[in-house]
Amino acid sequence: MTSELMPSGTKSSAMAWLWVTLAGVVWVILYGVIFQASEWISYTLLELPRGSHAGEAVAFFFYDVPKILLLLSGMIFAITVLRTFFSAEQTRRILSGKREGVGNVMAASLGIVTPFCSCSAVPLFIGFVESGIPLGVTFSFLIAAPMINEVALILLWGMFGWQVAVTYIVSGMIIAIAGGMLIGRLHMERWVEDFVWKMQFGGAGILEHRLNWSERFALATDAVFDIIRKVGPYVLVGIGLGAVIHGYVPTDALADYMGKDAPWWSVLLVVLVALPLYSNAAGMAPVLLSLVEKGAALGTALAFMMAVVGVSLPETILLRRVLKPQLIAVFIGIVTLGIIITGYLFNMVM
Amino acid sequence: MKQIKVLGPGCKRCMQTVDLIEAKAREVGVEVTVEKVADYAEIARFGVISTPGIMIDGKVVHAGGLPRSEDIGKWLMS
Repeated sequence: MTSELMPSGTKSSAMAWLWVTLAGVVWVILYGVIFQASEWISYTLLELPRGSHAGEAVAFFFYDVPKILLLLSGMIFAITVLRTFFSAEQTRRILSGKREGVGNVMAASLGIVTPFCSCSAVPLFIGFVESGIPLGVTFSFLIAAPMINEVALILLWGMFGWQVAVTYIVSGMIIAIAGGMLIGRLHMERWVEDFVWKMQFGGAGILEHRLNWSERFALATDAVFDIIRKVGPYVLVGIGLGAVIHGYVPTDALADYMGKDAPWWSVLLVVLVALPLYSNAAGMAPVLLSLVEKGAALGTALAFMMAVVGVSLPETILLRRVLKPQLIAVFIGIVTLGIIITGYLFNMVM
Repeated sequence: MKQIKVLGPGCKRCMQTVDLIEAKAREVGVEVTVEKVADYAEIARFGVISTPGIMIDGKVVHAGGLPRSEDIGKWLMS
């Protein structure tokens, strides 16, 4: 009888919350036992001697694979639920009419939470510019959206701790805000393809549909499976490689090349290598972890991660449709410079 | 006959969206014509900034990400 008093949406939302809470409890229990499980598999089941190269490598693999997968599932779920409250259209409405400065800060923040796919970069750029959002503010969004990448964030957090994850977000935000303001100051409007300014932006408007909780959770569950399917293989290969480095490469072997006292150009080199790599953030991260363990400097590692996710070749090629080469060059130059500075600063402070 | 436009530059998700709509239309027995719109000027004119967007009989019903099958069913039946 009570079900008639409750609208059906409320009831299915309550059920959805129940499932999510249960899944959360299972998650916490799993996360709590993976360390013991990895030790048991390596030293009891496989009877590898403690302290041996093989034992260390196997234990590393069986601890890191479930840990990263659990962190990924949990965080992607939470982030996707958060993102169902945002949309590119809504972000455009919020940003239109904002002045530079405040606008840049808001654009960089919204860049983190707004669902964004590099394939939408062009329509988004046109939509932003056409609704009067200043060019610099638009760029703050375009820099932050890919650079502050949830997969990279989770991996950095899982492997290096939350301090590094926070540093990553803060540096990404600063690069996006400063980069956008700089592009605004340089008055680069003439380097936007002319047809963009002549375009008619329609106000047809999307029929907004308010999602209920069970729909939000369903979307988040889909996203988790999607990400695991997409980055799972990279994580496996990456952690496998990482495990070998962890077990077999002597500690501090890399200190000379990538460590704090490495030649000044090591950050520069690492960033330049990382720029053309794309979407393999998940596979790179475990390798980075092992490199850092063996003496590479954390700032160098962080710069590498930011360069992998922050500048993507496919997105750059798409943006060429609306931006002239000069502006593309300035855009990539500013982002690259920002990442390199972050790497050096981080190496100096830590 | 419903006139459906899928707005997007031709990325993987846009193709999947077209397939999803065609499959759902067959399933519920609604006749549709699905047209792909890849021209940015055209997409912008409809006010869509996250792709793929879906337009049914001149109304934008969806923008950004793959639509869910139940939702497509709802749009086709209404």
